[in-house]
Amino acid sequence: MFRLTRDAIDYHALTESARAPHCGAVVLFLGTVRDLTGEHVTAFLEYEAYAPMAEKKLAEIEAEARRRWPVGEIAIVHRLGRLEVGEVSVAVAVSCPHRAAAFDACRYVIDTLKELVPIWKKENAPDGTGEWVHQSAKPGAP
Amino acid sequence: MLIRVKLFAAMRDLTGDEVAKVELPDGATVGDLRRELGKQLPLARSLLLRSAIAVNHDVAEADRVLAPTDECAVIPPVSGG
Repeated sequence: MFRLTRDAIDYHALTESARAPHCGAVVLFLGTVRDLTGEHVTAFLEYEAYAPMAEKKLAEIEAEARRRWPVGEIAIVHRLGRLEVGEVSVAVAVSCPHRAAAFDACRYVIDTLKELVPIWKKENAPDGTGEWVHQSAKPGAP
Repeated sequence: MLIRVKLFAAMRDLTGDEVAKVELPDGATVGDLRRELGKQLPLARSLLLRSAIAVNHDVAEADRVLAPTDECAVIPPVSGG
């Protein structure tokens, strides 16, 4: 399951949705809005997506994770719009029969999401200036 | 053929538009589209060089031939998560 949303992410419900009777391990990753990046103070972030492509890439990432690991359930949610410091921007919950695979699959999903999914964030400073973050090593989604 | 190209994030802010309209000859490729975008959007040229071009929701190579019905977009380096 994957979803883009403008609402706050209920990560407790998300984690519950990833549980499965044959899975003895559930790993949850939360990405949260940090107040400081290097020397830059963040007042708030804005996230934007190219939604149809983002959904296609999320579906591919889920399928690849299921191909590589014995995944029971996967739940991926990414928030869009304005987020304040401390809010959850992304949540990934993965269940597997055993913990090693659950950790590996969850890590794969969040790392690949950050590399491939067309979502962008704009860092807004307390002085009213804002800047889109476009500094990936690879251009766009290779 | 007229190709409409979706623009996002800094690419949209630099150009002031959510869509770039590019006139290309039949048989034109993604590489042709990229060159024409560079001419039309001089302020966004350096970001364009670091961006991918997506066709129908997948990143496309320069030699891909475009059809008028293709959905095209400039994908600047992503920063989700």
